[in-house]
Amino acid sequence: MAVEMIADMELVFKYPESLTPRVTHYCPGCTHGVIHRLIAEVIDELGVRERTIGVAPVGCAVLAYDYFNMDFCEAAHGRAPAMATGIKRVSPDKVVFTYQGDGDLAAIGTSEIIHTANRGELITTIFVNNAIYGMTGGQMAPTTLPGQVTTSSPRGRDVETAGWPMKMAELIGMLSGAAYVTRQAVLDVPGIRRTKKAIKLAFQVQLAGLGFSMVEILSTCSTNWGVSPLEALDWAKQNMLPYYPLGDTKVVDEVRALMAKP
Amino acid sequence: MEEIIISGFGGQGTLFAGQVLAYAAMDADFHVTWIPSYGPEMRGGKARCTVIISDQEIGSPLVRRPSAAIVMNIPSFETFEPMVKPGGVLVVNQSLVPHRSQREDIRALYVPATELATDMGNMRVANMVCLGALVQALGILPLEALEQALDRHLAERHRKWLSLNKEALRKGAEFA
Amino acid sequence: MAKELWEGNAAIAEAAIRAGLEAFFGYPITPQTEILEHLSHRLPELGRVFLQAESEIASINMVYGAACAGARVMTSSSSPGISLMQEGFSYIACSEVPAVIINVMRGGPGLGNVAPSQGDYFQAVKMAGHGDFHPIVLAPGNIQEAIDLTVLAFDLADKYRTLAMIAADGSLGQMMEPAEMPPLRPVRPPEERAAWALTGAKGRKPNIITSLYLVEEELEKVNLRLQAKLREIAANEVRWKEYSTEDADLLMVAFGTVGRVCQTVVREARAKGLKAGLLRPITLWPFPSARIAELAGRVRGILVVEMNAGQMLEDVRLAVEGRRPVHFYGRMGGIIPLPDEILPQLEELDAATRS
Repeated sequence: MAVEMIADMELVFKYPESLTPRVTHYCPGCTHGVIHRLIAEVIDELGVRERTIGVAPVGCAVLAYDYFNMDFCEAAHGRAPAMATGIKRVSPDKVVFTYQGDGDLAAIGTSEIIHTANRGELITTIFVNNAIYGMTGGQMAPTTLPGQVTTSSPRGRDVETAGWPMKMAELIGMLSGAAYVTRQAVLDVPGIRRTKKAIKLAFQVQLAGLGFSMVEILSTCSTNWGVSPLEALDWAKQNMLPYYPLGDTKVVDEVRALMAKP
Repeated sequence: MEEIIISGFGGQGTLFAGQVLAYAAMDADFHVTWIPSYGPEMRGGKARCTVIISDQEIGSPLVRRPSAAIVMNIPSFETFEPMVKPGGVLVVNQSLVPHRSQREDIRALYVPATELATDMGNMRVANMVCLGALVQALGILPLEALEQALDRHLAERHRKWLSLNKEALRKGAEFA
Repeated sequence: MAKELWEGNAAIAEAAIRAGLEAFFGYPITPQTEILEHLSHRLPELGRVFLQAESEIASINMVYGAACAGARVMTSSSSPGISLMQEGFSYIACSEVPAVIINVMRGGPGLGNVAPSQGDYFQAVKMAGHGDFHPIVLAPGNIQEAIDLTVLAFDLADKYRTLAMIAADGSLGQMMEPAEMPPLRPVRPPEERAAWALTGAKGRKPNIITSLYLVEEELEKVNLRLQAKLREIAANEVRWKEYSTEDADLLMVAFGTVGRVCQTVVREARAKGLKAGLLRPITLWPFPSARIAELAGRVRGILVVEMNAGQMLEDVRLAVEGRRPVHFYGRMGGIIPLPDEILPQLEELDAATRS
């Protein structure tokens, strides 16, 4: 039997405890799964699963609570940071994070994310930027690139009428309450490793009580971009990276000290 | 039952005078309501309150025709002088209102409240001068009840004006 | 405890504290800002949570979050702010978490003004948000009732895991009256939060709080459960007060401040020989329909008085089912109808219903 065969072997890869072992609804090639796993690994490594509360967005990750093995709630569109604020203020010993897409965080929820960051709420935000609305079927997002064709910008995003893509990591990084803000990408293995490191640091910033932390993660949407998953990774590298440069936009001294620790 | 309107400019202390009256009535076990009505400006606009004192449960906290009124400026005189119920009392701050009531069915008291208050050292106690006159004229509460209300409820930052407020009440009572 | 002279807004705020309020999230708006101001100094001094949010939308979603975490929580606002919160109300209702909302109503529609109004009756009892739900709506008629109903609102919200709303009007918020505060209840310690609350999945399966049910049959099941709960509330929690109804020929129905104004009208009408009575609904939802139907069988006619264009009027008419004439008198724009304008309406009803 296959099961007996592997029983004798060393298990080198398994579901993190913070993930529920089930098949997700995400499209083939979608990077949400990668990001979910990174968060789950970090929570496992920090040993905080039993005191973590997640807040899911409206968007493709609306069902994130089905995949994370921890207490979770589902916010109204854009309001996850407000909801997380409410949770954290009455449960200061808990680890609270929001998981939000670009429509949720950078369009309908701009007010909430800005004020939550500015208050220095001790929460962590994972911001997944794939430059398009996924769940509603490929409409223009606040982060859609100039000229990018979507179902609601059929001739390409015209910045004259639709404005410019929002650079949220830069914007949030400017705020005094933000302790750690960075932009990473899950477009290749080194990027995925750096993203995990950033997510871990963001949670450590929260645990250390240093202020608001956010990791913007450049991601893909092969389905709504209309390309294969592999082509999507290339497209993102060629088109998103020049507009959305990777790196930290805010690291306060206390966070730098945290980074210096082994 | 007494239905009292105290009206003037914002800053003349009409709302506070009503509260002192309400506290005194409460301490004397009356049913009482105090309800303000003021313009958008906190200072300089019109400011008035209605105080109802009754020995039974109070229904409407507002009345169209009060049984008594204090009018501390001209617009208040013009609004409420005709509205006081027959047999009622009207206290006029004569310092700022040069008018006389032509009505013979009410009792009008003309009190140079702002001048008296200024002579006493603070024109802001003109409200207490008027209140002293009104309460003395109505006879619903002894003057001491108002003084006790001041003792109990005057905010800490205004404590230094306590004796002046009491003096103003007594000064006003002399006009009734 | 002795009676003190309480301003309505401060009384509601202090009553919430006495009831064990753990956290307040709100945004200033006249005529209820004194609630927020009172809590801004009282809650921190008691070591509890006060946060002035960036908007009413943020406020209600902070309330939603804190409620999910199992805390006793509330927000307060006035009409335009309540409109902004409606999406959150709907999520809270579907998620079945307890929360208390204070609405000190002002004149509308639009920016309207800051004067007292009852123009949000429909909004509160019929359409507090999208989808099928009702909050429990409590309408105090005086300051003591505002205190008592605020405490009750927390208990009902907890008991039924639902929204409870205090629907007051601007004049109740601003007026002062002697009233007695209940003793200070201890705050529920975090380790005693409800089993369903988000407290961290330690030694148990994760708790998930959501209002998303993508499978139609599942969402219908949720709705059926919510409806069963609403029926239970309707069966147990109807509250009202009656004045001189025992022998009344003419019945007035009015709530809140107008209800107390109509108490004066009853006295004045009786002094003129009219047998008037008053029913003052205290719960606007659930509505005292059965009692009104019962009284309708005994009176000649009914006069509904409101500070709106006739909103509760519809519920009274539904209860009366056309068996008696139902007249209406209302003022809008932030004007409180006074006894001397209501009494002639009652006299007109009297004349119209004499055979």
